Amino acid sequence: MDWGFIIERTFSAMIGPEVMIYALAAVGLNVHFGYTGLMNFGQVGFMAAGAYGVGVTVFWLNWSFWIGLVFVFVYAAVLALLLGIPTLRLRADYLGLVTIAASETIRLLARSRVMKPVTGGVEGIDKFAEPFYNLSPFELGKFYSFGPFKYLGRDVWVLMVGWTLLILVTLMVQQLMRSPWGRTLRAIREDEDAARALGKNAYFFKMQSLMLGGMIGALAGLIQVIQKSSVQADTFNPVITFTIWTILIIGGPGRVWSPIIGSSIYWSLIVFVENTLRQLPAGARDTLRDTVELSDFNIGMLRFMLVGGGLLLLARFRPQGIFGSREEMALDRR
Amino acid sequence: MPFTGVRSSFLVVVAALGVLAGAQSASAQVSDDLGVIGQLQYQDANGVKVFVEGVDLSIDDVGGATTDKDGSFRIEVEGPGEYTINIDVATLPTGISLRDPERSSLQVTVSENGDQRIIFPLVSSESGAVANAASSASEGNWSVRRVSQLTLEGIKLGLYLAMAAIGLSLIFGTTGLVNFAHAELITWGTLMAYFFNIYGLVGFLGFMSGWPAPFGEGVNFIVATVLSMVMGGVLGYVLNRVVFRTARNSGVSLLAQMVMTIGLSIFLRYVYLYFFGGRYRSYGQYASQRANSFLGMELTTRDATAMLVSVVVLVAVGVGLTRTRMGRAMRAVSDNKDLAESSGIDVEKVISQVWIFGGALAALAGTFFGFDQVKWDLGTRILLLIFAAVTLGGLGTAFGALVGALIVGIAINWSTLVIDSELKNMTALVVLIFALLLRPQGILGKKQRIG
Repeated sequence: MDWGFIIERTFSAMIGPEVMIYALAAVGLNVHFGYTGLMNFGQVGFMAAGAYGVGVTVFWLNWSFWIGLVFVFVYAAVLALLLGIPTLRLRADYLGLVTIAASETIRLLARSRVMKPVTGGVEGIDKFAEPFYNLSPFELGKFYSFGPFKYLGRDVWVLMVGWTLLILVTLMVQQLMRSPWGRTLRAIREDEDAARALGKNAYFFKMQSLMLGGMIGALAGLIQVIQKSSVQADTFNPVITFTIWTILIIGGPGRVWSPIIGSSIYWSLIVFVENTLRQLPAGARDTLRDTVELSDFNIGMLRFMLVGGGLLLLARFRPQGIFGSREEMALDRR
Repeated sequence: MPFTGVRSSFLVVVAALGVLAGAQSASAQVSDDLGVIGQLQYQDANGVKVFVEGVDLSIDDVGGATTDKDGSFRIEVEGPGEYTINIDVATLPTGISLRDPERSSLQVTVSENGDQRIIFPLVSSESGAVANAASSASEGNWSVRRVSQLTLEGIKLGLYLAMAAIGLSLIFGTTGLVNFAHAELITWGTLMAYFFNIYGLVGFLGFMSGWPAPFGEGVNFIVATVLSMVMGGVLGYVLNRVVFRTARNSGVSLLAQMVMTIGLSIFLRYVYLYFFGGRYRSYGQYASQRANSFLGMELTTRDATAMLVSVVVLVAVGVGLTRTRMGRAMRAVSDNKDLAESSGIDVEKVISQVWIFGGALAALAGTFFGFDQVKWDLGTRILLLIFAAVTLGGLGTAFGALVGALIVGIAINWSTLVIDSELKNMTALVVLIFALLLRPQGILGKKQRIG
């Protein structure tokens, strides 16, 4: 059993591309749920909007990658409007129903035959991110080591840009939530009727929150497809949304740094468990294989069982998250 | 894991059942090995599906097959990978050709998860109709025949959806909980029916006790359906008793419980995948039947029976809810929990009954949905439709769920008149959004403050 390898992988996973992408998406969800109390069950839909914002621009319109960046935010804002208008005046669970339905519909639409000329259908879109990688100061194919971390040059470049954006966005959210605007959002979260009685248009503020969080989610989707160099409809699967929820609840909703902490814990745990299972000594592995049929395919599935079971137990026993405080925000506050 | 150890006997069982039932079993899907499968069909001038028999297909360096009387073929491959599959155009019947003559050989990627389905779209020169039923939808064929056929399909979908939706709606009514794990109750029904139908009772007991396998023969599908409903009720009861009742008792809020249902849903779904695998499978009986024609519409005996059963069950549910003591108590708790409690109704008991009852109905719906294919994520794929049905009818009302389900079922099928059938489930989202904009309390819902 190669502990060195497992530990190296786990360390690399702690600040790896997945951590950064999911943390960014969770920052958006934190704006929705943590600060405003919106039950958005379709964050992956916003990620898809961001991904196709640039993908469709390059693939279908044949415009530049850089113009696509504008569409990332345009699509997210339009999607937020479409979802928010029918639901934000209603009880919280209606937004949940519509967002989960919409995110799945976006995936189905993007992978359909009809949309193939626009979205690339099931095959998706590739070769759109060259302008981004051309700016890289690192050699794309070379390995770079920093202490315990080891990444390919192209990943180093993505990580540098991604983490910079993540920190900037997190700081921006921190400042926004300290502003009168952010305090209004939190007032709506605590007691919508009271906020309304004080003359605040709750619907309007909730819509702005949905748009802002959605745009941050779209940014996460954009970085994800740049990192993968391909836009694939089926990567925007509803389970992603709930992975993001799990991450947010691990970190504690309504706290500025919780998405990053939650994401880092989540991914290092997953990578550690998966690699340990794969690296089990032959004897132990064979026993496990015979008793529970543990193949590589099944190890991949274990992740989703952990997400599901973890989400269930967290919601049941620690709705404020592992590091959150009940005073700020807990899942069962509203 | 029991599913792997018995596959050789499994084929024998399936073949035997197929003979007994006189059903044209789609044995193409039940072998353990990987393969490329498909069904060659086209639509004649009347829009009737015709299966093409005796066409030769081959995969380079692997082998070939000839389509049987259902137009089905299956070519076994060694393992996952890229293959090129060719259709021998010369063996097509006269007047039938490929829609795109250039594409007589296709690239196909077979994954380790199971058979890969491939489609060669055919056209009949006499009608010029597009062979594939799916793609003909966008052609906009507005004939009376087609509309009535779609309406029939819509009613079928609506009836199945209604059985699945009533449980969801009643659980919401009695506890206020939107149960995202309801999809897994549906899949559970499909898998249980499959399990009993293929492996039988003895196999089930062996599975439960963790023994390798004294697997018996599968039971008749009708018995399997009943057993699946029983298991659906059991799962409903257990979920409520173990997970949600304890959560309610310790005061976990509704929104946290809703997130719990999501976690439960993901967990169960991947447990199913773990044990069942990602492949499409078919029941041992009634897997495919030739359609009967009446009044210009087509329906297989299997589907007609299932629809009839659904109607009987739904009527029984309706009578039960309005006439029996238990049903009245359920509606009373849905209506006003506190009032019901103070008039002497044991609310926890009613909630437990609703879970059992909803679980059994969802299992029956799942059993019927499984006719097309038995799959580990079958429920999740139709969850969107059920949400739309329940919201449209009015969350928490049993009869609203029925009305909403029929409307959603028909709307989805009619939508294929104007949009590609691949996108038909999008209609459910459109229905959902319009319902929320125009009448958020639903058709049969009471107007109350839901803002």
